[in-house]
Amino acid sequence: MRHLMSPLDFSTEELDLLFGLAEDIRKNPAKYAHACHGKILATCFYEPSTRTRLSFESAMIRLGGQIIGFADAASSSASKGESVSDTIRIISCYADICAMRHPKEGAPMVAAEKSLIPVINAGDGGHQHPTQTLTDLLTIHSLKGRLGGFTIGLCGDLKFGRTVHSLIKALVRYHDIKFVFISPEELRVPDYITDLLKSRNIPYEEVIRLERVMPQLDLLYMTRVQKERFFNEEDYVRLKDFYILNADKMALAKKDMLVLHPLPRVNEISVEVDEDPRAAYFRQAQYGVYVRMALILTLLELEPACE
Amino acid sequence: MLNVGKLEEGFVLDHIKAGSSLELYDLLQLDKLDCTVAIIKNARSEKMEKKDILKVECDINTLDLDVLALIDHNITVNVIKNGEIVEKKELALPKQIKNVIRCHNPRCITSIEQELPHIFFLADAEREVYRCKYCEEKYNWTARPL
Repeated sequence: MRHLMSPLDFSTEELDLLFGLAEDIRKNPAKYAHACHGKILATCFYEPSTRTRLSFESAMIRLGGQIIGFADAASSSASKGESVSDTIRIISCYADICAMRHPKEGAPMVAAEKSLIPVINAGDGGHQHPTQTLTDLLTIHSLKGRLGGFTIGLCGDLKFGRTVHSLIKALVRYHDIKFVFISPEELRVPDYITDLLKSRNIPYEEVIRLERVMPQLDLLYMTRVQKERFFNEEDYVRLKDFYILNADKMALAKKDMLVLHPLPRVNEISVEVDEDPRAAYFRQAQYGVYVRMALILTLLELEPACE
Repeated sequence: MLNVGKLEEGFVLDHIKAGSSLELYDLLQLDKLDCTVAIIKNARSEKMEKKDILKVECDINTLDLDVLALIDHNITVNVIKNGEIVEKKELALPKQIKNVIRCHNPRCITSIEQELPHIFFLADAEREVYRCKYCEEKYNWTARPL
């Protein structure tokens, strides 16, 4: 039995298979419409996350399975003081697979250690959010046709953004990628990430102005500057508008550059960019459902149901 | 030099940084063993000028000495059997340590689930970096030594 705790749990070969399956699901959804008939997904969300939870639930329903779960800790037995270890033992009796989000880092790993069913980490505090990374990789793989041979810019909160850290760690396993980090001084990518790149001789550049690097990018990954990451409101207000992507900046970019964003956005991408064919962030959310469908099938070791 | 009797079976931990033998005594939980322990502080040393020595008379399978490397991997471990040195152990940083240090990340699941063991894995042997198994937070030895 396998779980998914970190995007690095899967080798690049296994990811190729997963993305191949996700692509097949995208092209032939009817083939998979009953693949999870009779199976139950438990979505155990100890903190609210509408998009991730609905994406998992949509994925399971599109596979013909059913869902149970809770959407915040207050409506779960955690409010009575039950441990994650105990909760997952019970959930194992009710469901076939579990997606867990928890504000405490490592909680899904504790669940996986005690679980009788596969556990998917659906986000644990500021630690990991592997299905977001798989979504990002599938989007790049599908829309660019490859995972490698490009220059990717990552813009915004690079210090606290776990999606950024996970994506970088996942991408360093592919060839011929250059990273461009675009952030204010206060929100630069942590040392352990730049150490990782140096140790592997992977080229990277750290810049402050987005305009300067737009022409060289094949991909631009935008992130939100999250209010809760700041100690005071003043710093947040000062920094949040630093890096807004608008039509003027898009005019400097390559014709086939893609803009990705884990969403939700606040104002870091102007709505005028939404109509630009290079804006891929809403398609990215759709790929998130396909990759979760492929992941559920893979962890349950299921094949498409025969008609 | 002060003379302490010869061991029949046990360990002589030599070249301990002067002044840290009591720390090792605690770490190895020698207070829980019903055996003879000699603590020699500030012994003269050619190599170190001053050093500490610990002599522990016990069954040689009783102690897990890997944890010593967390304090100082330059410690020499002589294994004694029948009054003779039968092995000189090289100390290597343990790949994993359990319930020796605690994760102090307030966002870690170990902060709320009391029964969980505190397990750290060796993430970078060169820099002696240990990370919590659950949250992967780096243990800060400077702020919280053993």
